[in-house]
Amino acid sequence: MTERDDLIRETAETDLFASFEGDLPASGRRSSPVRLLRRYLPAVIAFLAVILIWEGLTRLLGVESFVLSKPSEILTSFTETFGTIWGAGLRTLYEATAGFVIGTTLAIATSLAAARWVGFREGMLPIAIALNATPIAALAPIFNSWFGLTNPFSKMAVVAVVVYFPVMINTTRGLLEVDPAELELMRSIAATPAEVTRRIRIPRALPYFFSSIKVASVLSLIAAIISEYFGGPQDVLGQYIVNRAQLFQFPDAWAAILVASILGVTFYLLILVAERRLMPWHVAFRSSD
Amino acid sequence: MGGANRRLARSGLSILAVVVAFVLLWEGYKLVWTAMGWENPVSPDDRTMPHTWDIFLTLFRPAQRNGPPFILVELRAALMTLREAFVGFVIGGAVGFGLGVLFVRSTMAERAFMPYVVASQTVPIIAIAPMVVVWGGRIDLPQWLSVSLIAAYLTFFPVAINTLRGLRSPQPTAMELMRSYASTTNETLWKLQVPAAMPYIFTALKVSAAASVIGAIVGELPAGLRGGLGRDLLQFSQQFTAAPEKLFAAVLIAGLAGIAFVGLVTAIEHRWVQANRRLIG
Amino acid sequence: MSSLVVEARGVGKTFGTGDGQIEALRGIDLQIDQGDFISLIGPSGCGKSTLLRLIGDLVGPTTGTLVVNGKTPGQARLDRDYGIVFQSATLLDWRSVQKNVELPLEIMDFPSEERSTRATEMLDLVQLAAFADHFPWQLSGGMQQRVAIARALAFRPSLLLMDEPFGALDEMTREAMQQEVLRLWGETGTSVVFVTHSIPEAVFLSTRVVVMSPRPGRISDEIIVDLPRRRDQDTREQSKYFDLVIEVREALRKGEAGGAAT
Repeated sequence: MTERDDLIRETAETDLFASFEGDLPASGRRSSPVRLLRRYLPAVIAFLAVILIWEGLTRLLGVESFVLSKPSEILTSFTETFGTIWGAGLRTLYEATAGFVIGTTLAIATSLAAARWVGFREGMLPIAIALNATPIAALAPIFNSWFGLTNPFSKMAVVAVVVYFPVMINTTRGLLEVDPAELELMRSIAATPAEVTRRIRIPRALPYFFSSIKVASVLSLIAAIISEYFGGPQDVLGQYIVNRAQLFQFPDAWAAILVASILGVTFYLLILVAERRLMPWHVAFRSSD
Repeated sequence: MGGANRRLARSGLSILAVVVAFVLLWEGYKLVWTAMGWENPVSPDDRTMPHTWDIFLTLFRPAQRNGPPFILVELRAALMTLREAFVGFVIGGAVGFGLGVLFVRSTMAERAFMPYVVASQTVPIIAIAPMVVVWGGRIDLPQWLSVSLIAAYLTFFPVAINTLRGLRSPQPTAMELMRSYASTTNETLWKLQVPAAMPYIFTALKVSAAASVIGAIVGELPAGLRGGLGRDLLQFSQQFTAAPEKLFAAVLIAGLAGIAFVGLVTAIEHRWVQANRRLIG
Repeated sequence: MSSLVVEARGVGKTFGTGDGQIEALRGIDLQIDQGDFISLIGPSGCGKSTLLRLIGDLVGPTTGTLVVNGKTPGQARLDRDYGIVFQSATLLDWRSVQKNVELPLEIMDFPSEERSTRATEMLDLVQLAAFADHFPWQLSGGMQQRVAIARALAFRPSLLLMDEPFGALDEMTREAMQQEVLRLWGETGTSVVFVTHSIPEAVFLSTRVVVMSPRPGRISDEIIVDLPRRRDQDTREQSKYFDLVIEVREALRKGEAGGAAT
C-alpha cells in the first residue's frame, strides 16, 4: 500500500453511493407484517395526502393544466396513451440497460486492473474522479454524430460512460478496502495474488459494487432520456416527453414521466433483489434472530 | 509538507501521462483506421474525429468572424452556467440540509417522505424542466433562476441523504453525554450532531457540485436560455458537420467547468478540515 | 540437523516512516525447539509482534539471519509451515464456519473430500462441530477465535504463530481458551510462538517465556517454565506457578529499567 492509496480512498469518497447503504427503506431487514405496516404506512398516507391536496388545490384555484396538471388528468392520460408511452418506455429501457451492461462490464475490467497494478491505478483514478465531475450528457451530440442519429448505440454509449465512472471508482475502492489482517492471513499461507483477489478482494468489493450499480441503474435511465433529447428516433421516452411538453400537453408528459419513474424504480429493485441473493451474509441483510 | 508536494507532483505527472496517452490513442486510431480504410465503429476522417491539435487551436481562434476568441466566448458561457449552477447548489444544499434535520428529528417524517425523496431522483430532470420554466414565467422569475431551480432538484438529494447519515453518526454515548448535560435538542444539534455530520455533508456537496453543473446545462435546453453552455452545446451539435472541433472544444470547457466547481468545494473542505484540526490540536 | 524450528541470530528490524527511522528490534538471538511453547512478553513497543511477523515472513529482517525448519522464512511460508492466529479472528463473513476452516486447504489444492473431512476433524477438536453451518457473525468472540485456531491448524503446520489471540476476550473465556490451546498443543505436537502482554497467561501456557524490552526492542531475559506439561485449573493455584509469575514480573521490570538507562 502506498500513501497514494490513502489519497484515493479519500477522494473516492466523493461518490455518494456508499451513503445509500441502509438509508433506503427497501434495504431493511425481514420483518413481521405489523412492523412492515408500521414502516410503510406513513409513506402510503403521505402519498395519498399529497395527491389529494394536489388535486384539491388545482381544482379549487382553477390552475390550468399547462401550469400544473391534476393527478386525475395525468391518470386519464396514462391509461389512454398507455400503449404509446409503454412502448416508448421499453425502447428507452433497452438503450439504458444495454448501456448499463456495457458500462458496468468495462468498469469491472478496469477496477480489477486498477486493484492489481498500482501504476495504472495512480494514473487512472484521479482522472476518473475528475471526469466523474464533468457533465457527461454533453457527449450525447458527439456520439450521435459518431454512431449515427438513429443508431441506438449512440444512446447506449452515453449511458455506458455515465455508468462507467461511479461503478469503476466504487468497485476499485471496494477491491482495495481489505482488512490488512486478511491480507496477512493469505500471505501466511502463501496464497497467490490471484487467489487473494478471488477469495478476499472480490467478496469485499461486492457491497461497494452493488451500491454503485443500484445508483447506476437509476442514472442509466435518466442518461438515456437526456441523450434522446439531442435527437434521434421519435418513438422513445425522451422525445415523447419533450414533444408533448412543447405542445403544452403536460398531462401526457407527466404520464410519460410516470413510466420513466416506474421503469427506473423497477430496475433498481431488481438489482436490490440480486444483491440480497448474492450477499445474504452482508450486515444489512442479516436477520435479527 | 515535502510529502504533500511530492504527492501533488506525482499526481500531476500521472494525469499528464493519461492525457498524453489519450491524445496518442486518438491520433493513432485516426492514423491506423485511415491507412486501413476502416470506417467502423467511428470514421477516422477529420469531420468526425478532428485532430486533437485542431480542437485545442479552436479555443484560440475567433468564434465568429472578427469576433473574440472562442475560449473567451465559451468561458463567458461557462460563467453564466456556473452562476445558475451555484445558485441551484445553494438552494438545493439548504433544502437538503433542512430535510436531513427534519428526518433526524422525526422518524415519522422520514418514513413518510424518504421513499419519495429517493423516487424523485428517478424522474429525469429534462422532463420536468419545461414545466419548471413555465412555473417560473408565471411568477415572473428570471429565466436563469428557473434553470437554477432545475439544478437544485439534482443537488438537494445527496445533501439530504448524507446530512441524515451524518447527524446520526455520533456515538450513542456522546448523545447520552449531551442528555446528561440536559442540553436542548437545538444545542445537541449544533454542538454535537452538525459538527459530526460535516465530513458527510462535504462528501455530498462535492457530488452536488458536479450534479448542479449537469442540472444547469441540461436545464438551459428546454428553457431556451441563450448564452450558457447548454445552449452552445446544442448549437454546436447542430453545426457538427460544418465545424466538429467546436463541439469538442465546448465539451472540453463544460468538463473543466464541472471540475472547477468540484475543485472549489474540495478546497473549501480542506480549509475547513485544517481550521478544525488547529482547534482540536 | 538439529530439532530447531526457529533460529534467529542477531536479527534487527528498522522501519522507515515519514518522520525518519524507527528501530523496532536489535540483536535478537532466539532458538525454538520442536514442540516448544514460547511466549513473547513485554510492554507495548518492545517489538514482540514484529518478531512474530519476522518469523512468519510477514515482514523481512533488516539485519541478521533467521532460519525456520532449516530454511529461509520465505521458503517456510511457501512450504506452508505456518499457521497464524491474530487478535481479531479475521473470519470471512461470506463463508460458513466449515468453509472458513477449509479456506487454507482450498488454496493448497487439497481435494474437496479431504478438505471437508479435515475441517470436520478440526471443528471437532475445537468443539464446534455443531456450528459448522453457522456464519461467523452468529458466534461469540471466543467461538470465533476457536474457528480461527481450527483454520490455522487445519493443514497441520509445524509452527503455530499466535499474536495476542485472546486479547479481546473477557477473563473467563480467556482462561477457557488457554486450556483449549494447551490441549490442542498436546494433541498436535505443533510448536507455538505466542505473543501476549499478560504475565499469568504467558506462564500458564509456555515452556519458556521470552521477556522483551523496548527502545530498541530486544530480548532482556528468558525464563524456563518447569511446570509439568499437562496443566489445568489447579496449576494456577500452585506456589511454583506464583513464583514463576513473580519471576517474569521482575524480569519485565528489570528489562524496562535497563531500557531507560541506555
